[in-house]
Amino acid sequence: MQNEQTNKNIVPRVVVTGMGIISAIGNSVEANKKALLASKSGIGPISKINTIHAERIKVGEVIFSNDELVSQLQLPEDNNFTRTALLGLFAAKEAVENAEILDINSYKTGLISSTTVGGMDKTEQHLKQFSSSSESQKYISSHHAGDSTKKIAKYLGVNEFSTTMSTACSSATNAIMLGARLIKAGKLERVIVGGTDALAKFTINGFKTLMILSEDVCQPFDEHRKGLNLGEGAAYLVLESEKIAKKEGKSIMAYISGYANANDAFHQTASSENGQGAYLAMQKALNLAQLKPKQIDYINAHGTATPNNDLSESIAIKRVFGNDIPDFSSTKGYTGHTLAAAGAVEAVYSVLALQEQTAFPNLNFKSKINETGLIPVTEIKKKPIHHVLSNSFGFGGNCSALILSKE
Amino acid sequence: MRDCYIHSVVSISAQNTFPNEDFLLDVIKYNAKKIQAVYPNYKDFISPVVTRRMQTGVKMGVVAANKALQIAKLNEPDAIITGTGMGCITDTEKFLNSIIDNDETYLTPTSFIQSTHNTVGAQIALGLKCNNYNNTYTHGSLSFESALIDAQLLLQEQGARHVLVGGIDELGTEFVDYVQMIEANKNKGIGVPFSEGATFTVLSTEKKENAIKLQDIITISEASKEELILKLEDFLALNNMDVKAIDAIILGDNGDMYDDYYEHITISLFSNASQIKYKHLSGEFHTASAFAFWLGINVLQKQHIPAEVLKNSGENKSIKTLLLYNQCKGKDHSFILLKT
Repeated sequence: MQNEQTNKNIVPRVVVTGMGIISAIGNSVEANKKALLASKSGIGPISKINTIHAERIKVGEVIFSNDELVSQLQLPEDNNFTRTALLGLFAAKEAVENAEILDINSYKTGLISSTTVGGMDKTEQHLKQFSSSSESQKYISSHHAGDSTKKIAKYLGVNEFSTTMSTACSSATNAIMLGARLIKAGKLERVIVGGTDALAKFTINGFKTLMILSEDVCQPFDEHRKGLNLGEGAAYLVLESEKIAKKEGKSIMAYISGYANANDAFHQTASSENGQGAYLAMQKALNLAQLKPKQIDYINAHGTATPNNDLSESIAIKRVFGNDIPDFSSTKGYTGHTLAAAGAVEAVYSVLALQEQTAFPNLNFKSKINETGLIPVTEIKKKPIHHVLSNSFGFGGNCSALILSKE
Repeated sequence: MRDCYIHSVVSISAQNTFPNEDFLLDVIKYNAKKIQAVYPNYKDFISPVVTRRMQTGVKMGVVAANKALQIAKLNEPDAIITGTGMGCITDTEKFLNSIIDNDETYLTPTSFIQSTHNTVGAQIALGLKCNNYNNTYTHGSLSFESALIDAQLLLQEQGARHVLVGGIDELGTEFVDYVQMIEANKNKGIGVPFSEGATFTVLSTEKKENAIKLQDIITISEASKEELILKLEDFLALNNMDVKAIDAIILGDNGDMYDDYYEHITISLFSNASQIKYKHLSGEFHTASAFAFWLGINVLQKQHIPAEVLKNSGENKSIKTLLLYNQCKGKDHSFILLKT
């Protein structure tokens, strides 16, 4: 794509002007904020998927059914939206409204979304009827991971640049990163970035076979953590160049000041002992933001509550921050692990942390991990917060970090 | 802005492109609906211990990537970026079917672990012990193009000097049949066979002798034929070119009713350029356009258009600038400009 910037010396700063989210703790930014501030978890028994594991897992489900989402979004009844697409559209629509965008094409606007399993929620229900049932056949084309993005783009009227990323659980952070880079390069003026994933038997059974699903509510960074709770949800942020946001008189919610992507190059699913990928991602993000580690006021950690991730991430955090560890917490105890959406869900929470000047508690923490001794924030903590670091790591060694700043 | 040069390109496809000794002189003609790629001898590149559990897409991807790095004389790329439309569909189907067949019991994690879309990029990084930037795009027929856009941006940002980019898709065993069934029921559905492949390229900011330049790339999700013409003219103008500068155009004709987009573009703008088609040789799949990328680079380097892909001869004997155009069902248009 061509650089349309006239003055190439000025790299625009990238700002957040809108957010939208749907998760187990609420169907809007406001509802999520309320739950976070009330330390109210959304994790509970599974109700929308008929799985034999129902008695032995807990999940973070979005309260709306597909029918309710279809009706809220005023979609025609014979649509072929998967739950992934419905959740994504619901959150993206809130983000665009929140950014007070009236005409999507008034600026060169793109959409970058992300998902891990795309339309799997429908595929797994209809696969064996694809060859015989015409009602099922409409979901053949909605399986691939780009489908939800295309539906969101069409609904919002984004006609030019859109794409989809899939780097497992770091996906949405990479979407935010690409969006910021495209604005900085002058290739887009505005971009909607985020991710969406619906719960599916496919992922429930996948994580089950890896024996990393907790039977109880997850306990990130706890010595006795027993694994993760899966969640579903979607979140999007509207990024704009600072110049346009100011010209339009928009309220600036946060600045995207740093980001980085690195690979752990250790194992397809496990994190390395010294957290090399995580360490590099955090370090490079700090470098890009030109910040010293001590300037980070709060870390929204990846903290899935698996034995492997939390130990590896703790070690990486210690390598970056030394003995001066900032307040940190994982919000997975609220939402469960929303996979591809997690990076965007937690970017929204990081912006809320800046707006509310609050570090959110790490739910269900009791005892520190012996090897590292790190203690997360366990109660609502009001304090001056200028810079928040948000981590997202995934299968395939994909590690990404994002820094959001107040000014 | 820094230029992007192509230091290598390697393709595994339904044709004998991996050795690429005769550049499509002896093409393989298929009558089947689905065609497998001509697989290389994997063990020449990776140990059978490593490939044992890998499905086709991962094997093709890792081997094509290895060879692309070898040709470019690069040990560690500054970034590894892949694009794939269906991801690791074989392992996805395998895990999904064991869930259904065994009612969620007796499952093993291997196929789940390898079903994620970023498996190829991850396996390349793992093999090279490469901690650098690593990303995977999956956006239908713009998957490879999205990866190229990211690579171009990384080079222009000066965040990288050498980037490994690839497009990978494997046939799989089940989903492809459903897609073909839908196509067969359509009035003028896709007419070429469905296939698979892996194409990898090394892009670099370093100018090498005879290196082809990736001039620019653009993707457009939705546009009418008229809008498309205007957008393409703008795109060429931004690159200080007009339509006459295009010596040859590679078109993604696949026999379906949307081939009229290609016709409209060529008749409106490029009637004097050589026209090239390839999907009758490569087959159709989400990253088939990466085969066109391989083809375009070879045409420019060898200054020769193989007879089997030539649709119409243009006026210009020498081919200096080449345009790739692909779309899917009248949507997801991509234009890639290559120059000698």
